[in-house]
Amino acid sequence: MIKFLTKIDGINNVLENNNLLEIEFEKNNIIKIFNELRDNTELNFNQLLDITAVDYPSREFRFDLIYILQSLTKNKKIILKTFIKEKDNIESLTNIHKSADWYERECYDLFGIEFINHPDLRRIMTDYNFEGYPLRKDFPLTGHTEVRYDDLEKKVIYEPVKLTQEFRNFDSESPWEGMENKLFGDEKSTGEN
Amino acid sequence: MKEVELNTTTINFGPQHPAAHGVLRLVVELEGEVVQRAEPHIGLLHRGTEKLIEYKTYLQAVPYFDRLDYVSPMCQEHAFALATENLLGINVPERAKYIRVIFAEITRILNHLLNIPAYAADIGAVTPFLWCFEEREKLLEFHEAVSGARFHAAYFRPGGVHQDMPEGMEEKLFEHFKTFPKFIDDLESLLTNNRILRQRSVDIGIISKSEAIEWGCSGPVLRSTGVAWDLRRSQPYDAYDQVDFEVPVGKKGDCFDRYLVRIEEMRQSISIINQCLNKIKSGPISVEDNKITPPKRNQMKKSMEALIHHFKLFTEGYRVPAGQIYSAVEAPKGEFGVYLVSDGSSKPYRCKIRAPGFAHLQTLDHLSKGHLMADIAAILGSLDIVFGEIDR
Repeated sequence: MIKFLTKIDGINNVLENNNLLEIEFEKNNIIKIFNELRDNTELNFNQLLDITAVDYPSREFRFDLIYILQSLTKNKKIILKTFIKEKDNIESLTNIHKSADWYERECYDLFGIEFINHPDLRRIMTDYNFEGYPLRKDFPLTGHTEVRYDDLEKKVIYEPVKLTQEFRNFDSESPWEGMENKLFGDEKSTGEN
Repeated sequence: MKEVELNTTTINFGPQHPAAHGVLRLVVELEGEVVQRAEPHIGLLHRGTEKLIEYKTYLQAVPYFDRLDYVSPMCQEHAFALATENLLGINVPERAKYIRVIFAEITRILNHLLNIPAYAADIGAVTPFLWCFEEREKLLEFHEAVSGARFHAAYFRPGGVHQDMPEGMEEKLFEHFKTFPKFIDDLESLLTNNRILRQRSVDIGIISKSEAIEWGCSGPVLRSTGVAWDLRRSQPYDAYDQVDFEVPVGKKGDCFDRYLVRIEEMRQSISIINQCLNKIKSGPISVEDNKITPPKRNQMKKSMEALIHHFKLFTEGYRVPAGQIYSAVEAPKGEFGVYLVSDGSSKPYRCKIRAPGFAHLQTLDHLSKGHLMADIAAILGSLDIVFGEIDR
């Protein structure tokens, strides 16, 4: 199978990692690659399981865009990865896999990645009129607004978040092993001196 | 300008509607009583689980999985535990594998015992609901016996399970599942040949084989179309390769087939549990590496090292080697997957949850086109929609 995968144009890197194939590809070739992956009888990746992204704010190509495909006939799963910049957009897969519709909407909603030629790219998870992209690393965990019912106005109102206690994110990380397994004076016992 | 006359009515179904199975807002366009378009608005139960997990250690992330699909908690912990174990590169002891399979199957029965009567209630039958809840309660006692909680168990943890089954549990399970098949027969006598149930579900919401695959369907929805696809069989995890079971499939892929598949799955689950009970042996229930699983309480009273391990595990947590993994389980509703990215620290860098219901709800517009408004309730019920996992 790896042999057939490396033949496809635009696929850079094929890795096999405990029964899971990991592939990196060029974003400009996305339509061709996914068509080939689905239609090639040796591959037959006929089910798109998920689309998601990972945010690395410090990188130039900020997002890893992840596609997870499954072949029901070959009993194989594959993770496809491409890198895109913050303002970049990418071709939608809705014409190849119907299930891409909501997955791409979710990705757009939570990360702000635009998919070109998507029939209906709207927010899906967040509230109506929500602003910002919650799963980006620079979006605060507590969000920006909070809602409550106002008894005087007789409606639900939005206000900036007020925390009664400051948000605490403890950094409890330390080297697990503790100090190095070497004490002052150890060198004497080995006879190096 | 040409005038166009619209004969359609648009109505708003939910988000507070007993047949919406939670907080689903559905904008339905009707012509007379025939559905032209059904557009689900989801996200009303969005709690930002994935974001929250990024700020928690791996162990603290486990309880969030109980709260996704809250009627089948343990299966989801299972997916997360498998993903984490894979990145850690550890192998779970034999006994833990069997315990996990037993409880994953109990969870499957629990899920179907909720979905089947809820579906029946949507289309007019009340009694099954009462019957099944009694049975659910009996099974939840097993949940409680091992984990201390009826629902939010946090029982399957990376490295094994939290604690061993209490003494005599195997016999109790064995006894219980001797009588349980009789209950399924009784339930079937109430439903399967019931005229109303058949009128409301046969040939309603048909989805074909290829459509089901294209739309990303899995679990009973995919199997009802005739595709014998089950991750427990095709990509076995834990002890599923040690047991024999059948994968029930449907023919037409309508609501009735989905109901039948679920009934038969319960029978298969009983068979799996019985086989596991016969094969399970005593032994450790989690990896005996105190860098990953906490030491026993009595050790902590005596050993300084055990105390330190305990402290470090519940403050810093364990570090997971950098990498990415997608691991999926056959949850009662379909393929539940966890895509986990670790940067080498003790908190997941990204944890994407692949919920089966999300893909299933997406097909609703396609399934309900041309059906009557009342059929939407039947289709929703047969897709087994739970908003905890869809909205995440």
